Amino acid sequence: MKRQLLGAVALGVAVAFGMALSAQAKTLKYCSEGSPENFNPQINTTGTSFDAAYPVFNRLVEFKPGTTTVVPALAASWSVSDDGLTYTFHLRKDVKFHSSKLFKPTRNFDADDVIATFNRMWKADDPYAKVSGGAYDYFNDMGMPDLLQSIDKVDEHTVKFTLKKPNAPFIADLAMDFAAIHSKEYMDAMLKKGTPEMVDQMPIGTGPFEFVSYQKDAVIRYRAFPAYFRGKQKIDHLVFAITPDAAVRMAKLQAGECDIAPYPNPADLAKLMADPKLKVLHQEGLNVGYLAFNTQKPPFDKKEVRQALNMAIDKAAIVKAVYQGAGQPAKNPIPPTIWSYNNDIQPWPYDPAKAAQMLKEAGVTSLQTDLWYMPVQRPYNPDAKKIAEMIQADLAKLGITAELKTFEWGEYRKRLQAGEDQMGMLGWTGDNGDPDNFMGVLLSCTSARPGGQNIAKWCNKEFSDLIEKAAEISDVKKRTELYKKAQVIFHEEAPWFPIAHSVVYMPMSKKVIGYKVHPLGTHIFEGVDIAG
Amino acid sequence: MLRFLFTRLSLIVPTFLGIVFIAFILIHLVPGDPVEVRMGERGIAPARHAQLLHEMGLDRPLYAQFASYVGEVLHGDLGTSLITHRPVLDEFLDLFPATLELAIYATLFAVLIGLPAGMLAAMRRGSAFDHVVMGVSVSGSSLPIFVWGLLLILTFSVNLHWTPVSGRIDLDYDFDTVTGFMTIDSLLSDQEGAFASALGHLILPAIVLGTIPLAIIARMTRSAMLEVLGEDYIRTARAKGLGSFRVIAIHALRNAMIPVVTVIGLQVGTLMGGAILTETIFSWPGVGKWLVESIRRRDYPALQGGMLLIASLVMAVNLLVDLLYGVLNPRIRRR
Repeated sequence: MKRQLLGAVALGVAVAFGMALSAQAKTLKYCSEGSPENFNPQINTTGTSFDAAYPVFNRLVEFKPGTTTVVPALAASWSVSDDGLTYTFHLRKDVKFHSSKLFKPTRNFDADDVIATFNRMWKADDPYAKVSGGAYDYFNDMGMPDLLQSIDKVDEHTVKFTLKKPNAPFIADLAMDFAAIHSKEYMDAMLKKGTPEMVDQMPIGTGPFEFVSYQKDAVIRYRAFPAYFRGKQKIDHLVFAITPDAAVRMAKLQAGECDIAPYPNPADLAKLMADPKLKVLHQEGLNVGYLAFNTQKPPFDKKEVRQALNMAIDKAAIVKAVYQGAGQPAKNPIPPTIWSYNNDIQPWPYDPAKAAQMLKEAGVTSLQTDLWYMPVQRPYNPDAKKIAEMIQADLAKLGITAELKTFEWGEYRKRLQAGEDQMGMLGWTGDNGDPDNFMGVLLSCTSARPGGQNIAKWCNKEFSDLIEKAAEISDVKKRTELYKKAQVIFHEEAPWFPIAHSVVYMPMSKKVIGYKVHPLGTHIFEGVDIAG
Repeated sequence: MLRFLFTRLSLIVPTFLGIVFIAFILIHLVPGDPVEVRMGERGIAPARHAQLLHEMGLDRPLYAQFASYVGEVLHGDLGTSLITHRPVLDEFLDLFPATLELAIYATLFAVLIGLPAGMLAAMRRGSAFDHVVMGVSVSGSSLPIFVWGLLLILTFSVNLHWTPVSGRIDLDYDFDTVTGFMTIDSLLSDQEGAFASALGHLILPAIVLGTIPLAIIARMTRSAMLEVLGEDYIRTARAKGLGSFRVIAIHALRNAMIPVVTVIGLQVGTLMGGAILTETIFSWPGVGKWLVESIRRRDYPALQGGMLLIASLVMAVNLLVDLLYGVLNPRIRRR
């Protein structure tokens, strides 16, 4: 009798303790802006999809939260050979994979997982190569197929990447979303079951959160992974509530239905900042918006004309009117947050009189040109049409007639990259915090080809030589010198009118603790806590 | 009746093919393609672009794409989403219950308010009530859904905190999907407060989606009632001394309901169209929102399949309504 009574009391205490624990479970609710395509960042290109997969995965190296500094992750350390061709990664031994109703891992993370992950994207004959469409856009766009010579397993916890040529940004590339490490065991298990696509729909990773469920277009649920190698997260549950409309997202935030909501309308910022329950974090975006002059078409082939146009447009007025405080005027092709930014460069002053004189001296009178603007809002440009109209008005004061033109977004980019315009607006958001990711992608001679991202079609040998050399050496100091020289050439040659770098705002409840705005745009919840 | 049914059924195949053709052509008129849309500022090398389009089968001539699509549809294959790589039918079936649930509650709202309002307006023809009902009816069918929805959210959710802003249920509730109907699944889950939360989340979207059908039902009920109330047999019933309630409820209403029921049934098309905007505003995860996203992403199979399925549903409901009309109206049956 006594034993039964004691047992009942013990059971009661255990139940009460469990109830107390579950009652204290913390849930962070994030109102995301869209539905993911799937949960495998290898085959995605959109920030929305990357955000949905990020909680589940780690990479060999990662960006330190809130920065573009590369730090160890699944690789505890790495070394680079003197010739810059071989990267040897020493993997952590204590990393566990998640489990689910479909899969239970039998071993920790090791070199086989790294090789299986990259082979899927690299080797056309890999059994996973064609699964879920088989388009590895970022792997290809970062030049991996041309760069990689081999990936070799040295031992269970050592992997060697051998490159065909030195490439300093390579290590930063491995911190990007597409390089998320998958479980080879899980891949093999799903292949054996005849359902390889489940790897992309019900992800298994090593990350701080395990994927729980996805109600299509509605809610994504994650729970904290107790065996995460950096320690269990302070929040127990993470929920993405998919809310495409910005006004509704902010309404949910203000009503307390979400704790964090991204991409506010600029016009709502003042109201959000005034809300006593909310705080609005901000960070200079790793982006640049610009107007490119097609240097292959007269009179934009003359640098004096391009310089004059830089002086003819009132940049400060544009930033004030269109960015509404959420931007800073640009003078260089890279934002100030990227190392090697040359702050010594003096921006072209707004001087319409001098601009008119320079145009006259260059023999340009009664110029008629087109001026292309984006039909959509972009992170680096909240209202391209308004900016185009302001530029048109400024140019008209100098007797220049600019015809505004736009196309459907995909068509616009295609035509711009084909070089059909005379002047066209575009922009860029950085992928990995490396200067080459801006200057090499947007201004090199290689990318000036038809279809390339150098929409000014500007090929300056001295500039290209500097940035190519900088991409090959790993010494940051030497690279910085080269990039600074390159920016001087850019400024002098003026292939663009750089407009602005936007500021990214992130409204959230004051209860949220520890969230850092990531310069590359990913929304990261590792290390975040919620009070109460 | 059988001849009527046979005639209607024989029209289904050409109607179906016509819908497939129109959906196909309209979608391909939109500039851009699913590969371009994914690229953003990074663009894509022409050779790789061509390769990806080839792998998706999108580099074939349009007539070839159309022919193979029709062949697949006739075998019950609606294709695979170019974005999620899941079968289009699976995507549709995942989302359709949410749209259906919203449509049902929107219809209930429209009928429960519209019918009595229309009846009373007819009975008090020319009165202030009649004018108010008609005025509200015109406004209801004129006000854009987007404006109406955002207004309601700002007023009742953000300022008054009477209703949730969006979604199908409070995020704190998590249970397995059994039927896909949140109100039913929440009851089955036995979680305290879940059903009330599901119902609460339905209020505003159902009102927004049901407003136009409400306006139409109110007007149609009023017209039908006025016509019936002017009939000789109603005058005879009154002359015989029957009470007002008996005259309206037993004699007038039944006959007035015939056109009203058919109008209610025909609202399916309006509801499907309205669902597209309503679901976007309220983040309601239904087929309407999915179709809007598919346009943006140039997900051709999802768009074609989704439009086909919705059109089929509307056709089926219209057929049922026509048959029901025959059942309700003996004069049609005898033709």
